[in-house]
Amino acid sequence: MTDLEIMEGITEVVREALDDDTIILTPSSVAGDFAGWDSFKNIAIVVATEMRFGVKFRTAEIESLKEIGDFVALIRKKKGA
Amino acid sequence: MSVSDLWWLPENPQWSDEVRALGGAAGWDRFVSLANCRMDFLRTERLDKLARKNFGEHAPTGLALPAVRLAILGSSMVSHLIPAIRVAFMRRGMWAEIYTNPFGQYLQDLMDPASALHAFKPNAILFAFDARHALGKANAGRDAAASDRAVEDAADHCAHVWNMARQDFACPIIQQTILPLFPALLGSNEHRLPGSPQAMTRRINQRIRERADEAGVDILALDTRAMEDGLGNWHDPVLWHRAKIEIAPPMAPLYGDLVARIVAAQRGRSYKCLVLDLDNTLWGGVIGDDGIEGIVLGQGSSEGEAFIAFQDYAQRLSERGIILAVCSKNDETIALTPFARHPDMVLKRSSFAAFIANWSDKATNLRAIAAEINIGLDALVFADDNPFERNLVRRELPMVAVPELPEDAAFYAKCIADGGYFESVRMTGEDFSRAGQYQANAEREFARQATADLPAYLKSLEMEMRVTPFDSVGQARITQLINKTNQFNLTTRRYAERDVEAAMADKDTVTFQIRLTDKYGDNGMIAVVIAKPSSRPGELMIDTWLMSCRVLGRQVEQATLNLLVGEASKRGYRALVGEFRPTEKNGLVRDHYAKLGFEQDGANDAGGSFWRLPVETYIPVDTHIKIGEN
Repeated sequence: MTDLEIMEGITEVVREALDDDTIILTPSSVAGDFAGWDSFKNIAIVVATEMRFGVKFRTAEIESLKEIGDFVALIRKKKGA
Repeated sequence: MSVSDLWWLPENPQWSDEVRALGGAAGWDRFVSLANCRMDFLRTERLDKLARKNFGEHAPTGLALPAVRLAILGSSMVSHLIPAIRVAFMRRGMWAEIYTNPFGQYLQDLMDPASALHAFKPNAILFAFDARHALGKANAGRDAAASDRAVEDAADHCAHVWNMARQDFACPIIQQTILPLFPALLGSNEHRLPGSPQAMTRRINQRIRERADEAGVDILALDTRAMEDGLGNWHDPVLWHRAKIEIAPPMAPLYGDLVARIVAAQRGRSYKCLVLDLDNTLWGGVIGDDGIEGIVLGQGSSEGEAFIAFQDYAQRLSERGIILAVCSKNDETIALTPFARHPDMVLKRSSFAAFIANWSDKATNLRAIAAEINIGLDALVFADDNPFERNLVRRELPMVAVPELPEDAAFYAKCIADGGYFESVRMTGEDFSRAGQYQANAEREFARQATADLPAYLKSLEMEMRVTPFDSVGQARITQLINKTNQFNLTTRRYAERDVEAAMADKDTVTFQIRLTDKYGDNGMIAVVIAKPSSRPGELMIDTWLMSCRVLGRQVEQATLNLLVGEASKRGYRALVGEFRPTEKNGLVRDHYAKLGFEQDGANDAGGSFWRLPVETYIPVDTHIKIGEN
């Protein structure tokens, strides 16, 4: 799975979760860039991403995520393992 | 099937487009229709958000059912469940406003007459305690007496808050049982350790049920659901530690539906009647074609056992007061034979309050069933294996519940049960005697009503028909259809595979094998035609014309005739000649040629008739079927 495919998957989840089909994510995007992406919504996004890619993040891993790029790298690592 | 996305509801392939179209002035009915599609928690939240954008905080005007004002009083985070609860009420045509207490402070909310809860004025209350809160301080070393006291204390606390709620709000109360999320300390014999949190959870849930029965409070059985769906689906410890979320967000759609179905049941809004198709729903195969010996039912095959299990489930529903009815495309006499003669049938003719087997469309027949039993269409649940029939009914009669039966009959009962259509909060003597009342009510008169809006439905199906001459790939299936089809079969001539080969090789014989696809998938080979030069010059004689009853009423006959006339004309014939040879089972096609515009042209040796259609003056019939390229 390429980074591009992972990014597309995350984008679809985020668009659905924030009800905004115009959202475009880049590796340096952070939650604060988008209206409505609060800590509560973040839980839904993380859980939906886990389901979509069939992975499970550890508590510590979730806490270390800062930018979308970190998210992509974590999923790539999980899928590669 | 995924438990979290309401798998008994149909998938909507156009979901994203339809959701985008919801902005602005979209009506409530559009929302209700989308709420009746399969959806995960993100889609559920989005639908809720759009509904609130459209309608604001208050119910749209003109709704038939009064708005629900539900207060959820809980000890942990529940706000992530609220959108799904609102959507679950929307699924039932009900507008819901939902209140939750400030985190953890449900007691203050109940006690203070000036609280936001009192201002909200709920007309339904749900108590939702997380497991740690309900159990209090655990100590595995406690002795039996101390543990008994702790169990009783937990149940007392529930009864206490019910009383407080009763005093201030005269409304129905629901108590959620505790999720059994504590790991074992002993193992299988956990019950021998009185102070074990796992053992105490089970005992507290038992006591809550008993106290709820005494107090007239209804239960939301989360513990039972955890058993059915797996605790791992319901609870994710990571989310508990992060945000005190006890119920995992992906389960929100199911949780919301569990809440809404209980509130609906308290208000008498449950379904009352299960309407069953016959072929491939109550038994495997087609009774009209396969006969009493050929249908798959009962001992000897796993599929047959699965149909028995489904009949058993329907029988149990009937014993507890759900009305049963039959709605089948069949000849009534043939449809009744398994009930009279098949030794493995669980259901009997007398199990049904209405039994309609004919060739009309099912929307019309469901109207007749509702009228005959004298209940509303919105009390019917329609179970049919055929996606065509299910979608027709959903479109024509949106108030009828139509579960998306899975392909494997082994899961039919679970599909109906998971859908929660027959949720009831209490049983009365009348419920137990209802089955008997309808057995006595055997005489029936069903009115033919106006046909449903079929053309629009057929158009929406995007049907495509592909017609090719016989070939070696299709040969086996062609032979099977020729030897198995009894009902839609004009002459019932049986041919072996080498006869089919001979027809294939003969340049003067016209052969059609016909396949039909629609937007729901490929129906496979559904019709076969063989036509040969007649002994009278200039006439093409239709030797064989048969079709699977699954595609009846979809204009396949008309489209086939268009092609047949085209072929006859190309070959220089002046007329088509058809023949009807009656058998015990093909009464359905007695008027086939008359309906297609043929003129009767004499009788045959089988007590049937010949029919003639001039080729030159034939005007092709408009159908909603596209003819595919070969």
